[in-house]
Amino acid sequence: MPTVAPLDIEGHVAGAHFIGDVPFFAASSGEIHRLDMGQKVSEAHDGLLTAIKDTATDTILTGGEDGKVNRIHADGTVETLAEAPRKWISVIAAGPQKSVGYAVGKQAHVRLADGTVKTFDEERTIEGMAFAPKGMRIATARYNGVTLHWVMTAGAPINLEWKGAHNEVTFSPDGRFVVTAMQENALHGWKIDGKPGEEPRHMRMTGYPAKIKSLSWSAKGKWLASSGAPAAIVWPFAGKDGPLGKPPLELGTRANILATAVCFHPSEDVVAIGFIDGMILLVRIDDEKEILLRRPGKGAISGMSWSKSGKLLAFASEAGDCGVVDITG
Amino acid sequence: MTEAQAAKPIPVTVLTGYLGSGKTTLLNRILTEDHGKRYAVIVNEFGEIGIDNDLIVESDEEIYEMNNGCVCCTVRGDLIRVVEGLMRRPGRFDAIIVETTGLADPAPVAQTFFMDDDVRAKTELDAVIALVDAKHLPLRLKDSREAEDQIAFADVVIINKTDLVSHEELHQIEDIVRAINPAARIYNAQRSNIDLKKVLDQGAFNLERAMENDPHFLDHDDPDHVCGPDCDHDHHDHHHHGHHHHDHDHDHGHHHHHDHAPSAIHDVTVKSISLRGGAMDPNKFFPWIQKITQIDGPNILRLKGIINFEGDEERYVVQGVHMIIEGDHQRPWKDGEKRETRLVFIGRDLDQEKLERTFKACEVETVAA
Repeated sequence: MPTVAPLDIEGHVAGAHFIGDVPFFAASSGEIHRLDMGQKVSEAHDGLLTAIKDTATDTILTGGEDGKVNRIHADGTVETLAEAPRKWISVIAAGPQKSVGYAVGKQAHVRLADGTVKTFDEERTIEGMAFAPKGMRIATARYNGVTLHWVMTAGAPINLEWKGAHNEVTFSPDGRFVVTAMQENALHGWKIDGKPGEEPRHMRMTGYPAKIKSLSWSAKGKWLASSGAPAAIVWPFAGKDGPLGKPPLELGTRANILATAVCFHPSEDVVAIGFIDGMILLVRIDDEKEILLRRPGKGAISGMSWSKSGKLLAFASEAGDCGVVDITG
Repeated sequence: MTEAQAAKPIPVTVLTGYLGSGKTTLLNRILTEDHGKRYAVIVNEFGEIGIDNDLIVESDEEIYEMNNGCVCCTVRGDLIRVVEGLMRRPGRFDAIIVETTGLADPAPVAQTFFMDDDVRAKTELDAVIALVDAKHLPLRLKDSREAEDQIAFADVVIINKTDLVSHEELHQIEDIVRAINPAARIYNAQRSNIDLKKVLDQGAFNLERAMENDPHFLDHDDPDHVCGPDCDHDHHDHHHHGHHHHDHDHDHGHHHHHDHAPSAIHDVTVKSISLRGGAMDPNKFFPWIQKITQIDGPNILRLKGIINFEGDEERYVVQGVHMIIEGDHQRPWKDGEKRETRLVFIGRDLDQEKLERTFKACEVETVAA
């Protein structure tokens, strides 16, 4: 039986991530809590907006209302990487070789390990950013599509156009697909592994009752799970053309209870699904078998992460009732 | 229900007005006066706000068209982002104020609070306020459509800097404003010295409150009412009544339509059409209003109405912005209250004859004795 170790934090918590086997919780107040031989706290921001895991360096990257981009280290140390006074930093991406991407309004910046910063201008506000799995390349989500930039070379950017506002962007782990979450309750995908000069193929993934705020790729990239429905909507990406013409799986379906966060296990094809009422289910793709990991709590699940071993799942809640699930019991 | 869901929505006030109309002065008053409330302010530029406040957020105006084929269905992407961020820590403030740029179209701002589910779940649009520079309004109307749109869209219009114009000029300005927007509350001010109670907490988009507190809704017995140019009621003491006594009584029963046509005033392209009728047949009225807002939505800036449905003991109220329309029962009709249907459309290129004719066709047919 899975066991839950609760951790109550004051107010909204934006995300939960592991550094090593230590769970970190990023509160919107700007405090970073960690469970490392007892609860420890460091002050990262005056108002935190986003927290993501940088797998390459085993650290956490955060952005805040104070215009800072910070790196949180295993011992809780806060290192400020960049600062844009009076701006909100809500878009951050982790890149190779200790590089960090962040957006300020219509500008995308990539800070390299030596501190130099490359800047890319867009015509519209950048709402999302991601690094490609291979090579120093970024994707920026903006109104009417995505732009792909090579960071170190001066080549022309590639524009992937699709009408509407794109809020998040992610590459498939094999780099063949780019997928965005849109303002109008849909995902949009482009197949970008065609021959040079060939038009990228479009994939429209629609039918969601709510905006999609959480996306997660399975370990080998065969599946993309998404929130925004009263179930995890899981699209098949294993075939040559990805989900083109294929229906998604609907896992952990609950009547009118919205899934707000999804997180694939680091090695198995099982996905953790967090709901608006705080419940968390673990569902296996193969047989759609469900295990209850956490009963409903005080607030919506705002983020989840697995430890590297895949034995622990840390979860964050909008109402502050966070915790860690040990699935080995 | 979770705690977050149970929380009361945070009211949002939108401040519009041309450069130099006094927005910053009004904002500074709201932020500094002792009213016991804390405000988060979303501005386009910090500019001259001389206040040290953590909760002033700078945001680049970012208009998104929704992907539903409707050109008027626009939202402000930057507001969605900032409001979502602010609402994660709602304990910091009691209300939100959005200050727009001088040239901003107020429609996407207002529509954001109806069209984005997350924003809508946590906030409630309170009112759109337009500040007007009395001295420069005629010039503004000549060179831009935005100045007119801002007035047409507003729930409250503050004619500011009245000390810089003569009585006659002020009268003219009031006429223009009333012609553009007969449904708004209009106040005069100098150096933005308006009573903040008339700006904040108006509930103009709240169906329960809006029509109840809307004395100007084709009524002329409100102390703050400023009449339009072709309003034919008695204008006694009109320009000297201040804001306390204007209780003249008059009967509008003799004409169905109380139109403020644009033709009388140069440079005004917005027109309002007011409709009055008897008991409505809901099976005719709902398809009609749906169709009108579907077809003419891009031309309709605002619409408000009180509907008397046949056999219904409660008043039904509607309000709309372009193609978005909301309606609900408000309260039982009071004893002695005249049960009638009143609707006002504010917009451009509206076909008055068609609106009147199709509106009338929704009335319950009375059988002649």
